[in-house]
Amino acid sequence: MRNAWIIAKRELAGYFVSPVAYVFIVIFLVLMGFFTFMMGGFFERNDASLLSFFVWHPWLYMLLVPAVGMRLWSEEHRMGTLELLFTMPVTPAQAIIGKFLAGWLFLLVALLLTLPMVFTVQYLGEPDIGPILTGYIGSFLMAGAYLAISGLTSACTRNQVISFITALVVCLLLVLAGYPPVTNILLKWGAPSAVVDFAASLSVVFHFESMQRGVLDIRDFIYFFSLIVFAIFTTSVVLKSKRA
Amino acid sequence: MIKAIEVTKSFGATVAVDKVSFEVKPGEVLGFLGPNGAGKSTTMRMITGFLPLSAGKILIGDYDIEEDPINAKRLMGYLPENAPSYPDMSVEAFLHFCAAIRGLSGPQKEQAVEKAIETCHLGKVRRQIIDTLSKGYRHRVCFAQAILHDPPVLILDEPTDGLDPNQKHEMRLLIREMGKSKAIIVSTHILEEVEAICTRVAIIDQGRLVFNGSPAEMLAQSPQAGRVSVNILGPNAVEIRATLQKLPAVTDIQILKELPLWTSVLISSSKKDGLASAVKALLDSQKWDFNELHTETGRLDEVFRRITSLDSAQEVKK
Ligand SMILES: Nc1ncnc2c1ncn2[C@@H]1O[C@H](COP(=O)(O)OP(=O)(O)OP(=O)(O)O)[C@@H](O)[C@H]1O
Ligand SMILES: [Mg+2]
Repeated sequence: MRNAWIIAKRELAGYFVSPVAYVFIVIFLVLMGFFTFMMGGFFERNDASLLSFFVWHPWLYMLLVPAVGMRLWSEEHRMGTLELLFTMPVTPAQAIIGKFLAGWLFLLVALLLTLPMVFTVQYLGEPDIGPILTGYIGSFLMAGAYLAISGLTSACTRNQVISFITALVVCLLLVLAGYPPVTNILLKWGAPSAVVDFAASLSVVFHFESMQRGVLDIRDFIYFFSLIVFAIFTTSVVLKSKRA
Repeated sequence: MIKAIEVTKSFGATVAVDKVSFEVKPGEVLGFLGPNGAGKSTTMRMITGFLPLSAGKILIGDYDIEEDPINAKRLMGYLPENAPSYPDMSVEAFLHFCAAIRGLSGPQKEQAVEKAIETCHLGKVRRQIIDTLSKGYRHRVCFAQAILHDPPVLILDEPTDGLDPNQKHEMRLLIREMGKSKAIIVSTHILEEVEAICTRVAIIDQGRLVFNGSPAEMLAQSPQAGRVSVNILGPNAVEIRATLQKLPAVTDIQILKELPLWTSVLISSSKKDGLASAVKALLDSQKWDFNELHTETGRLDEVFRRITSLDSAQEVKK
């Protein structure tokens, strides 16, 4: 774990020496604010909750998280540092987890910078703090799942654009699987409801929604963590097979 | 210290390295030669555990690189082909990162980094971002990373590539110095380097090991090696040719130059040992004077060309 942490620290420092990190955070916050207050009808809702804030997360992350994840491995490939990293006494798992942790912590920083919105709600009304807290936890887990997927697509190709688009499409599928307009179409087509339910249960929205409502279910945790573990494991397989 | 046993690597249908076996002991510097695309870098990548082997076995110390990669990698320092490093880091930060990954910490880490910076003359640029360094400096940064933890095994892929003549010289001295106690493999295209630093030479061509011996043995393969050239004062060429024919096992006598005062002759013989002294004895018995007598040592580039192209020619026939 010490090695993973050393790699994570290096990676994190790398984010903040380049302007990309700051640009990312600013865009993230601006979009969050725009969607929450303008598109989400925050003021019209007239209830002191952050539902109109969280509801946009699965969509915004779709654009922003692959942008963080796309350079994770393709950059190492391109610069040849992969050869350096994998000839040092670290296991591939340590390297993958270290890089993933760095990206995840970076996303956590961006997410925590949205806290002023919570304070706004706090100021405007008396919100239930429970759903806000669980919403943030869910959002963080979802970001991790997206990031692990983006890391996987980044390991598959040297090309960052391809990595970005592939990650975006996979994340889109994960969202759409449980999106009511899509599930309704499936039902209309006569898909058995068991199948539709199963597809929906694979969706990040399905698991994130209950967390927004303040429900902490162990199954949601298992869902997000198994997505992350699966993507990380596949990343290690891909990285290994690329060298064979 | 390094033991390669029938190491093979294929990329799909192409066999990049084909059953290569060799051994490097502490105190040895193995020069790894071969034409472009011969498989030198591929072999080094397998030794350092970056590429998995298709077949065969590599031992670093007592550890198998495939079965116990972490312990094997601990013993090694590696300078990859294009000297990669993280361009967005400063020299110091990069070396600190590498030292930490190598398991060093606290004052030990500081000491190792300072020593590497000093050895590689990086003091001037230690706070500079690697991206802004010149190619030679970037090369030195990556080399610093390889020797940071004072490993008993060093794998250096073209270590003098991109260095200026002074740095090249210094790098050679450094490798020779470290070679006294470490097991080192150096790949290079510069043949003088082989004579300057290597105690052994391995030549690889189209993935196969075609020569493995000392630089002297390599030189001995040169057709020139063992020939004696002599400048004889006085007698004319015809006289000289007739007399020199008496030498044992002479195969060829070449008159290189015929001047009023002296004649320059090149003598080839199938019996190379003691040819020079036999020539001298003969000249003395004739009471002929001479102003230069020496045994040709042959040239590495010639041997290299012969060994590698000979093999390619056979390949074409097949
Ligand atoms: N990842 C790879 N996929 C397919 N072929 C490869 C790969 N890496 C190397 N090769 C092939 O293996 C052969 C040996 O390459 P290698 O880089 O080991 O040569 P080299 O001896 O280091 O040459 P150079 O002197 O140019 O550095 C080449 O034919 C190369 O095209
Ligand atoms: Mg090479």
